[in-house]
Amino acid sequence: MKLGSFLLRRFLLSIFVIIGLSIVIFIIARVVPGDPARMALGPRAPEDVVQTLRQEMHLDKPLPEQYFYWIKGVFRGDFGHSLVSKRPVLEDIKEYFPATMELAIFAGILMAIFAILLGVLAAQHKDTWVDGLIRVSSYFGVAIPAFVAAIIFMLLFGYYWPILPVLGRLSPGMTPPRTITGLLTLDSLIEGNFPAFWDAFKHMILPAVALSLGGLFQEARITRSSMVDNMHKDFLAAERGYGIPEKIVMFKYLLKPSLISTVSIMGLDFASLLSNAFLVELIFNWPGISRYGISAMLHKDLDAISAVIIVFGVVFLVVNVIVDVIVALLDPRIRLGTARDM
Amino acid sequence: MRNLSGGQSNSPIAVNLARPKSLFWTNLGRNWYKFSRNPLSIIGLVIVLVIIISAIFAPWIAPYPEQAGPFVDFENAGQPPSLQHLCGTDNMGRDIFSRIVFAFRGALIMAIVVLALAVPPGVLLGLIAGYFQGGWIDTVIMRITDIFLAVPPLILALAVASVLEPNLMNAMIAVTLMWWPWYTRLLYGTASSIKNEYFVIAAELTGAGKFHIIFREILPNCLSPIFTKIALDVGWVILIGASLSFVGLGQQPPTPALGQMVSDGARYMPIFWWMTIFPALAIVLILLGFNLMGDGIRDMLERGMG
Amino acid sequence: METKENILLNIKNLHVWYRVYGGYLKVLNGVNLIVREGERVGLVGEAGCGKTTTMKSILQILPPGDFLIPKGEIYYKGKDILKMNFSEIQRLRSKEIAMIFQDPTAALNPVFTIGTQIGDVIKYSIALEEKKVYKEKLKILSARALKEAYLPDPERMLVNYPFQLSGGMRQRTCIAMAISSSRNLLIADEPGTSLDVTIQDQILHLLKEIVEKMGASIILITHSLGVAREMTDRIYVMYAGTIVETALTKDLFKNPVHPYTKGLLASVPKLSGGGIARGIPGRIPDYLNPPQGCRFQPRCEHSTSSCVENPPQFFEVEEGHLVACYLAQR
Repeated sequence: MKLGSFLLRRFLLSIFVIIGLSIVIFIIARVVPGDPARMALGPRAPEDVVQTLRQEMHLDKPLPEQYFYWIKGVFRGDFGHSLVSKRPVLEDIKEYFPATMELAIFAGILMAIFAILLGVLAAQHKDTWVDGLIRVSSYFGVAIPAFVAAIIFMLLFGYYWPILPVLGRLSPGMTPPRTITGLLTLDSLIEGNFPAFWDAFKHMILPAVALSLGGLFQEARITRSSMVDNMHKDFLAAERGYGIPEKIVMFKYLLKPSLISTVSIMGLDFASLLSNAFLVELIFNWPGISRYGISAMLHKDLDAISAVIIVFGVVFLVVNVIVDVIVALLDPRIRLGTARDM
Repeated sequence: MRNLSGGQSNSPIAVNLARPKSLFWTNLGRNWYKFSRNPLSIIGLVIVLVIIISAIFAPWIAPYPEQAGPFVDFENAGQPPSLQHLCGTDNMGRDIFSRIVFAFRGALIMAIVVLALAVPPGVLLGLIAGYFQGGWIDTVIMRITDIFLAVPPLILALAVASVLEPNLMNAMIAVTLMWWPWYTRLLYGTASSIKNEYFVIAAELTGAGKFHIIFREILPNCLSPIFTKIALDVGWVILIGASLSFVGLGQQPPTPALGQMVSDGARYMPIFWWMTIFPALAIVLILLGFNLMGDGIRDMLERGMG
Repeated sequence: METKENILLNIKNLHVWYRVYGGYLKVLNGVNLIVREGERVGLVGEAGCGKTTTMKSILQILPPGDFLIPKGEIYYKGKDILKMNFSEIQRLRSKEIAMIFQDPTAALNPVFTIGTQIGDVIKYSIALEEKKVYKEKLKILSARALKEAYLPDPERMLVNYPFQLSGGMRQRTCIAMAISSSRNLLIADEPGTSLDVTIQDQILHLLKEIVEKMGASIILITHSLGVAREMTDRIYVMYAGTIVETALTKDLFKNPVHPYTKGLLASVPKLSGGGIARGIPGRIPDYLNPPQGCRFQPRCEHSTSSCVENPPQFFEVEEGHLVACYLAQR
């Protein structure tokens, strides 16, 4: 079916993009003035040791050759060593990545569900106070950046109204589950450890809400306007006129075409989610890869920085492909090629 | 015999080579009506004007302009909001309100510079790729654009800013690098659909050169989405700038920057809450203003000029 | 002699207003229209005169929220549609009346297959009586409905999407959907006007055949007098939200009375002599502030003061031929 070739094309394109991205990152990392070998060993290491390391790191070879060594390493899983943690970057990534993914996935789900709910609500009660309230909320929701929301939550829930935890992933004293997927909530469920599950879940709520706020309201507005546009279309009047019950018309025939615009934008919104995670993780002390990345950036830990960017690039690409597939599933015109004659 | 713009001429074939006056200004009355229909757009415009005026006239508007620079007054540190210090003082005794007003300067400068640097190349590349759609130029340009867009925006800016020395100039470079692809994408879509319109084909058939077609036929018809996007982008660039200064990249102390003020103040929560909340609210205000105004501009341009 | 017993649809003095920014668009200003069992009725008028609005009011499918029906009744088989409750209206739409829209591309949902759409129409029509319909039976019924509209290879068509069909096939699909459950009154809104003339001809013949086969009544909306002449028994001429004249088709063409009708007939170019066709000067009134009296009065050559003050009522010029014009009464 055409869907298969569509996926294949996207996949090949993604590969190309990732390779290009790696080149760009490599160039950026090597643009830095300074000597990576010296930085790795510190100012007091003897010169000959630094020279040996330079040769090992292939710093004396021309740039394209350096790139190839680096890429080969990446494929083997060797992202180099972190200046800060002094261990292989891969180890660091394996430790911190699941935390960020758990947060991002939860925030993404929140965003999707509530955006559709609010959008449908606003469209159904168009021009009433419900619609107006949602519209005003969305102006504020979009204007409040994730890190500002995070700080406000810190203030509210950390000090004035401590009903939700604000720091870290798990309360001190709570035994964490065995690491299966790295997602605390999932792992606790698998183990049947319900107290841990509930605790981990509660810790996720505030950061996830802060992250999802902007995208949520933006998608809600798009859902609403898409539904309002479609509400006046002839095919809805026709379907109603043929006797199909109102509920079915609303929730099947109106919803599906309206969701196309919303889902299309979810890829971009997920990207903002990932970006904003950088700051939100800092604020909530969430031990994820974004926080790791920030510290790497502040310490000019080049290998770590490059690795973090590649990881995010890949994640984003995968999400984009998923979003494209969902849109293709929703809209047959995309997956089956262009129309015949009009 | 009447020529194209309505004047009289004596020759049987009258071709008017003068460019018609920009339709935006001739329709100003109608455009303003469309913009002002939505009260929220007016609010946005007011907010934006307040911000711009504060930034320009900061030394006169700020009650303590000298405190926006190197200034220490530990006796007055940590004062809550009062009549003398509308937003209180920070940990070094500086008036927060004055610092916010001066921070607007850096924010606006960053937005102007970044957009001035990013929009022209982005638009140019997008036009070219869109016009030569299907050819190798299109593929090359759009693939490069894809690469830059493959990383979530802030991450790229952070990375670039972090490998360079932390200062305002480098922050602007970093943000510019991640901003231009959005305009390329926008123009690519618009240009590639416009190039199939009849007036473009007509121009091609009469022998118009490619340069003329791209800049005289296609570009003027793309202007509305470009301006709308620029209006909305000012807010977003400022936000990215604030995010960068939040982590310490970008404007360095003692020059005030909103993100940095939020981050510094966060350490003193909850007792000295004003140190972080007011700069945070300033960021929200900026975004709100530009978003509302940008929506109004979209309403005004989208159904008018095209 | 006309009997009252076999009247199927009776629209009485229908007023419909649309809510817009400056007030109300008073589109329909007292529409009176009767359709009998087995009758083929034509509704003729220029663009914007309210034909589609009238039809949509019958099925209660006007755009949600933005309209008002201040006066009037629509009787179907004796019951007022405007007072029906929800389940009665649904039964009406499912089993009795169906509308075929003007633009078949817009009338089909682009993201669902033909099979799904027509299947749902049939499913909810049957569900009103029996409780459960099996998928297999639904597929068979759907294919059969498509076949009745002479669509080729109906089984395969069920899995196609509307954009994969040609314009003519989409129109046939709409017709199939209409006749799949409702069998008593069909409303065809300018069928085939968006298509090639030869295809339009096929569609019209299809409609003719179906109506004869089912013994149904049909309201055929058209702006083409030629089509109306060929396909209908009785014609209603509509202008700016009112019916200005109605007569049996042959009577109307032989003896048009209302100035508008006369103008319409004169504006049809004839190949055999007669010179250049004449149009009717002026345009349809502004519905926001329509004229108090006869709505055609601003364009009429024969207007008098009574035309300006009060809208004229129906006057019977000959048997079965009614005209709303003061001119006719003289």
